[in-house]
Amino acid sequence: MSFLSKKSQQVLSDPLMNNNPITLQVLGICSALAVTVKMDTAVVMTLAVVAVLSVSNTIIASLRKLIPSKVRIIVQLAIIASLVILTDQILKAFMYDISKQLSVFVGLIITNCIVMGRAEAFAMQNPPWKSFLDGLGNGLGYGMILIIVSFFRELLGSGSIFGFQVVPDSFYAAGYENMGLMVLSPGAFIILGLIVWVQRIVADIEEE
Amino acid sequence: MIEHYISLLTKAVFVENILLAYFLGMCSFLAISKKVDTSIGLGLAVIFVLTITSPVNWAIHHYFLEQGALSWAGFPDIDLSFLNFIVFIAVIAAMVQLVEMILDRYSPTLYHNLGIFLPLIAVNCAILGGSLFLVERDYTFFESTVFGFGSGLGWFLAIVSMAAIRYRLRYSNVPVKLRGLGITMLLTGLLSMAFMAFSGIDL
Repeated sequence: MSFLSKKSQQVLSDPLMNNNPITLQVLGICSALAVTVKMDTAVVMTLAVVAVLSVSNTIIASLRKLIPSKVRIIVQLAIIASLVILTDQILKAFMYDISKQLSVFVGLIITNCIVMGRAEAFAMQNPPWKSFLDGLGNGLGYGMILIIVSFFRELLGSGSIFGFQVVPDSFYAAGYENMGLMVLSPGAFIILGLIVWVQRIVADIEEE
Repeated sequence: MIEHYISLLTKAVFVENILLAYFLGMCSFLAISKKVDTSIGLGLAVIFVLTITSPVNWAIHHYFLEQGALSWAGFPDIDLSFLNFIVFIAVIAAMVQLVEMILDRYSPTLYHNLGIFLPLIAVNCAILGGSLFLVERDYTFFESTVFGFGSGLGWFLAIVSMAAIRYRLRYSNVPVKLRGLGITMLLTGLLSMAFMAFSGIDL
């Protein structure tokens, strides 16, 4: 990390903990939860969001002086949508099975509030390199929560991690059962709620 | 035939609620569900826009973008479906604008009540999600209209009940760090569990 200045490091690391896009800025929950049943979909989704977010931030930041402020939303949307189409095509070409499982949620990155939110709040005022780091940091902060949620959901719901069984057979023989609720949607809400709670205790943040 | 549509409608409203089962439209759900009357306004706007954009996007996908859709123009081999995302989002933004202008002209009271929520809807994931789902599930024109309306209604129900619960929550003693987002997520989980009781219903 030494090749980055102190300020750049902060831009990159801030969204991971102190200003996490999901738990603190409350952005981008839309598409975050549906892909967290299994860890591999969550990881692919994270990569997709990191790619779209950092590239869109860079492009928007380099064009920030050329975009007329009245039509900026539609310009941002067009840039983001083109990047998402690109990502979707790449996923379809190289990871067809996972892209089938992600179904509509790759497309929904377009309306993911983080991408628009960072473009609007950061990339429109900052130079490209810094915006790239901001996009990277926010993408990773988003992905971190996604991966934590999917870790618990897959572990408790299917007894496996990345598709490999980790709960030993002797447990099942002794009467242990997978928690069906975790595979269904309420599990995601409850796990995220608990993560938010823990994170706020750790970071000592209060709302209202 | 009519039973088929009723079953599709109940499925979209209760069993596969777009918010509680597919997590779409969470951002505005979390931000707006603090007051009951504003959440009713936003809910109505979502129903309105989803019911209009679903069939329009269906028609555009079916007659212009799908593989072989352009055969009427003499290009049977062209597959433009990769353009779905950008075209859908443009249609949604345009429709929202159009709905805004029509309401402003013919029903100023409703326009006034919906206020700033109408333009915000363009970036609500539930709207784009609805359009993408109807492509993925191969709905017909009427099915997609019913699905759009049903999803909107489901979203409306979810946000209004959440706003009502949060209103009552003011009088309860929630742990300090859990206040705000934390308790809202836990409550949404419970609400989603309640809606899951409808699964298995087949009309």
